[in-house]
Amino acid sequence: MRRKISLKPITLLLLLVTFVSFGKEQEGHGEQKTDQKTEIKEYIQHHLQDSYDFSLFSYTTETGEHKHFGFPLPVILWDNGLKVFSSSKFHHGETVAEVDGSFYKVHHSKIYKVDGADGQIIEDDHHHATNEKPLDFSITKNVTMIMMVFLIMFFMFKRMASAYKKNGGMPKGMGRFLEPIVLYVRDEIAIPNIGKKHYKRYMSYLLTVFFFVWIVNLFGLTPIGMNVTNNIAVTFCLAIITYLITTFSGNKNYWKHIFWMPGVPVPMKIILAPIELLGTFIKPFALMIRLYANITAGHIVLMSIIGMMFVFNNWLGSSLSFLLAFVLGILELLVAALQAYIFTVLSALYFGMAVEEHDHH
Amino acid sequence: MEELLGGFSLGLFFWQAVLFVALILLLKKFAWKPILDSVNDREEGIKNALDSAEKAKLEMENLQADNQKLLKEARAERETMLKEARDIKNKMIEDAKGEAQEQANKLIQQAQAAIESEKKAAMAELKNHVAGLSLDIAEKVVRDELSNKDKQLKLVETMLGEKSLTEA
Repeated sequence: MRRKISLKPITLLLLLVTFVSFGKEQEGHGEQKTDQKTEIKEYIQHHLQDSYDFSLFSYTTETGEHKHFGFPLPVILWDNGLKVFSSSKFHHGETVAEVDGSFYKVHHSKIYKVDGADGQIIEDDHHHATNEKPLDFSITKNVTMIMMVFLIMFFMFKRMASAYKKNGGMPKGMGRFLEPIVLYVRDEIAIPNIGKKHYKRYMSYLLTVFFFVWIVNLFGLTPIGMNVTNNIAVTFCLAIITYLITTFSGNKNYWKHIFWMPGVPVPMKIILAPIELLGTFIKPFALMIRLYANITAGHIVLMSIIGMMFVFNNWLGSSLSFLLAFVLGILELLVAALQAYIFTVLSALYFGMAVEEHDHH
Repeated sequence: MEELLGGFSLGLFFWQAVLFVALILLLKKFAWKPILDSVNDREEGIKNALDSAEKAKLEMENLQADNQKLLKEARAERETMLKEARDIKNKMIEDAKGEAQEQANKLIQQAQAAIESEKKAAMAELKNHVAGLSLDIAEKVVRDELSNKDKQLKLVETMLGEKSLTEA
């Protein structure tokens, strides 16, 4: 019985999303019908970018009308004062929104300030918009998903923790599935890389980052169509936290190995110092790029192959594309877990380097 | 690189940072700490239980060894006690035998002595009796002989005759 109840929050959430999305069917204005390949390419481009409304899917009717299924999200701007309004004002980026006498327009998934109700984005020679950009703290689609994952993780693990208390130290329900993973992170990732003495301090971060990246990656594979980890801002944030923890927990030995490498001649020490210092930045930078690139590439390839089904439009090519997409989808499931694992292992490894005490050299 | 920087959204970074750090702190307090503590406690409990089981097993073994030793000792003690008893029995029999022998010997000796003295007394009486008898007989014979003069004279004559012949 309890197992059914524990699934309820997620089911409810999904149901809510579905209801809201169908209730808010919105009509877009007609647009020129582009040819299929360009449309697919644009669709992929669009999918990879963040958006100001939570669109689940959209299609073009026979009459060339754009129909969107989804719901609008709040836009929060700082432009001479806080400005909060619904993203429905943009009409999926097709119109200019007027808020307190200022006009804003969405261009390539970014909000720019324009002159008036029919103001245009002015582009320079490199197709970069030159309009003024207000500080943008909007609750975009990705932020919504981060919040959802935040709530899911918080209630899932809180529930798991309280089950231990009620059950006399034994896991129950979802905890039975999650406990081996928690123990795996502790016994196979944290302890071997950081060491028995210090690992406890880093467990909270390692567990949180592992489950966060994993769950977010898995959500990216659902047809809801969001992918948080293919935003450089998200992976940058994760990487910088790893960098900050590493830097602030670095002991004397760690800094000595960076600035005055023991066991090598003095000229080498001088050469090595900047390289080692650069290395401390490159490590989290690689973390950031690895996660971002893997997830982005996975999404591009998967969506391109799905798009090929429509491009081929014959039984052989389309079914082959389907098969390929299916296999790749399974591979992406693996990648979702693998990237979470790699991010956690490497973070643990860097923490381990920072707190290492004995001298090998 | 330009695309990477162009794709960077400050708002998303801000929300991710705020939410993620909050998530770490909240989960640390409400989930990771209780979960890891429970797991640790459980592991510790299992380890302790295993240890004490091992200890109990060792104790059992010790106890069994002790029992074995006690049994062995008891057996040896019984053996020696039996042996002692047997020795005592033998000695008692031996002693009794000796004493009985001695007693018997003494009795025999006494009997012998008694017999000897009785015998002596009987002999003495017999001697006296015989002496009296002999005197009586001799008296009677002598009286009888002496009453018959002729016969006596004849006898003396014979005796004298023989004597002279032999001496001649």
